[in-house]
Parts: sequence; C-alpha cells; structure tokens
Amino acid sequence: MRECLITTKGLTREEIVEVLDYAAKIEKNPSSYYGNQSGKIIGLLFYEPSTRTRMSFETAIKRLGGDTISMGSVEMSSVAKGESLADTIRVVAGYADAIVLRHPKEGAAKMASGFIDIPLINAGDGAGQHPTQTLLDLYTIRKSAEKLDGLNIGVMGDLKYGRTVHSLSHAITKFDSRLNFISPEGLQLPDNVKYDLERSGSEVHQYTNLDEILSTLDILYVTRIQRERFPDEEEYRKVSGQYRINNKTLENAPKHLKIMHPLPRMDEISPEIDGSDHAIYIEQSHNGVAVRMALLDLMLKS
Amino acid sequence: MTDKELHISKIENGTVIDHIDAGQGLNVLSLLGIDGSDGESVSVVMNFVSSLVGSKDIVKVQNRELNQDELDVLSLISPQVTINIISNYEVSLKHRVQRPDCVSGVLNCPNRNCITNSNEPIESKFNIKDEVISCEYCGTHIEDVTQHLA
Repeated sequence: MRECLITTKGLTREEIVEVLDYAAKIEKNPSSYYGNQSGKIIGLLFYEPSTRTRMSFETAIKRLGGDTISMGSVEMSSVAKGESLADTIRVVAGYADAIVLRHPKEGAAKMASGFIDIPLINAGDGAGQHPTQTLLDLYTIRKSAEKLDGLNIGVMGDLKYGRTVHSLSHAITKFDSRLNFISPEGLQLPDNVKYDLERSGSEVHQYTNLDEILSTLDILYVTRIQRERFPDEEEYRKVSGQYRINNKTLENAPKHLKIMHPLPRMDEISPEIDGSDHAIYIEQSHNGVAVRMALLDLMLKS
Repeated sequence: MTDKELHISKIENGTVIDHIDAGQGLNVLSLLGIDGSDGESVSVVMNFVSSLVGSKDIVKVQNRELNQDELDVLSLISPQVTINIISNYEVSLKHRVQRPDCVSGVLNCPNRNCITNSNEPIESKFNIKDEVISCEYCGTHIEDVTQHLA
C-alpha cells in the first residue's frame, strides 16, 4: 500500500480492491484485528468541521489497538496565532506515526505530504479530493450491488465544489461503469476534473434534469447544494428545489435503485426516504470504520 | 539592416532572445524574473518589423548567460523564440526553446483557494502535458499563461 493517500486519481484498480477486500474481512470480525496497530498514534489535524470522517478514523485506529492525538479546534491551536500548515505538520509528524489531515485549501494535503516522512491521509482538501470517503463509497456500492463494473451511476448536486464527487468520479474510471452527472448549469464538474475523466477514457454524460436519467440508474449519489455558492437566497431556493429527492421524485425510479449521500444532508433527501429500500446512506457512513481500519492497517504495516 | 536603422546596440556578452511573439517582450522578462534589480543592462525592442517573420519582439540581456532550463519556460508564451548566447560580440551558441515537463515559481495558480496562494513556504508548480498546464497541487488548468505570471 502506498505511503500517503492524497487523491484517488493515481490509485489503481488493484489498490482499491485490496482495501475493499480487506475491509470486508475486517467487517466480519473486527475484534480479531485489535492489537494490529497497538501503540500506534494517529495525529488528527482537522482545520474544518467533521463528524463522520473524524469519528470513524478515531474508531478505526482504536479498534486496531492504537490511539489518536488531536490539535483540537483551529481556534484552540497555534493555527489561530498564524502558524503555517507546513510548520504544524512537521511538528505533529514528530508526535505521531501517521497523520490524517482536513484543510480548507485545495492541494493542502499534497503540500503537507512533501514536508514529512510519515504516512499522510487526505481527509478532504477544500473543493479538491476526499479519497477515503470514496473508498467507503465504493465499498458501499460493491456491498449493495455486489459489483463495481457494469453499473449505471448517477451523481447529483454540487459537482463543481463537491470533493467527494471529484474523488468518486476519478475512482469509478478504474471500473467499467457509466457515470452520469446531474447538476444545475453553474455547478457542473470543473473543467480539470472533466478533462481527467475524458483522458482516462470515460465518457462524461451531463444532465440538468434527474428525470432524464433516473429510470436507468442503479446508484444515485446525492450531494448537498451549498447555499453559499449562490448570489441570493431566491436563486438558491429555485435551484436546490429541483434537486430534492422525495417519494414523488422516486415514482419512476427502478426498484433496485440505491441512494447514497456522503452526509451531512440538509434538505436534498427527504426523511420520508429514510425507511425505504432505496436508502443506504446511514449504512454508508457506518462502512467508514471498516474501510478506514483496512486502510490504516495496510498503510501502517508497510 | 544599416547602422542607421539599428534600434539598440550589440551586446558584448550575454543573451539575445529573438523571434519573440510581438507584444510578449515584457512578459518574457517577467517569466525570467528579470527586472533590472540585479544591475544587468536589459534592452527590449517591441514590434520590430522583420521581413522574415513580420512583427516580433527582441530582448537583450547584457553580461548574463541564461541557461536552457530558464529559457525553456519561454516556450509557454512564445514557442518560436530563438536564443543567441553572445561572447565578445559574436554569437557563440544558438538554439531554440523546448516545452518543459514542469515549471516552478513562474506562474500563479488561477484558483484563489489553492494552497500555493496562501501563506505557505512553497513555490507554485505546474505540470505541462499535451498542451495542458495544470497545477501540481490543486489540478487547476491555466488557459492563458500571460494572465498568471508570478
């Protein structure tokens, strides 16, 4: 396994499958992996809020017998005094065996990895990438559909700024599945992501209306349309309303369609969907522990 | 060309960058980081009319031999430039520039939220492949290099 995980772009199909297979083994009997990373310390540097990513990383290393240290909130650390990321990361690298970093700037994890000699995992860099979310997304898809090839996958919402979308899209290109992107005009995939997907041989199918494609989908991956991306409240309401999933939206959906979401959700998926067979987003977030256990164990072993 | 028509004098030693696309002379200096602060004598001729290539710019830098890596950066804005290394008023070496695989510290990332545009101790770095110039850190592409000179 590679030393740092910054982006899914460079991951091979084999590397992805290795993590997913190992996570599946762990999920069957997690307690038997306790002690694998006994005494190991993971440094958690979260410059942005997080619930699932942070807590599942903490759970993962503790279930492997290790522990975490954390710089706490940005306001409580030396970051508030203006310390650079380059300095902070070098200091923490002296305290920990690996670092998990979330930062609001694109490219932060890539830069940070150049300053340290221990493994670093990108837990989200601005609107860039979120590779461990993708691994748990793929794990969830494979568990649900029993395959990663031959699927018709819809990705809907804020595709421009959604880092989970960018990472997932790159990773899906390693498999023989079709990607369909559904978003408002101004929130379509960034040109550089689109370029990379096309360069890797994928066709980029873009839609502005979910109804155009819904009946053909196996998976619908929904992301939040962020209010702050719009100049005014009215425009936001108008656009976000078109990308909301409820029972009525799903009238023409295939029975086997599974709906995923990296969470947190606002109002893009109605709670009335939660109890349906379509909804797998809570299970998706639970899968983060097994996948991150697998990743940490593989990275720290090597 | 007669002496009467010469716009600037010959240099004794240094580098002459010729066949620069018209209007790009100052951008050439910017890309090379030459602003005269090192005391070197610099001449720029803009929109010089050449019977062979039409309008072009020329830059002469006295007493400084620019190396190939420095000069290859110029291919980003003017691929046709020719480099003449001058020794004792004579051209001692003449060559063209090649498209580099990457450039560091000469361009700014257009993405304001890229880590290279924050207060971190790193230089910008761009990879160049198949005519696409992309940020090493955030992946953003540069369309017009002249808009993003560091």
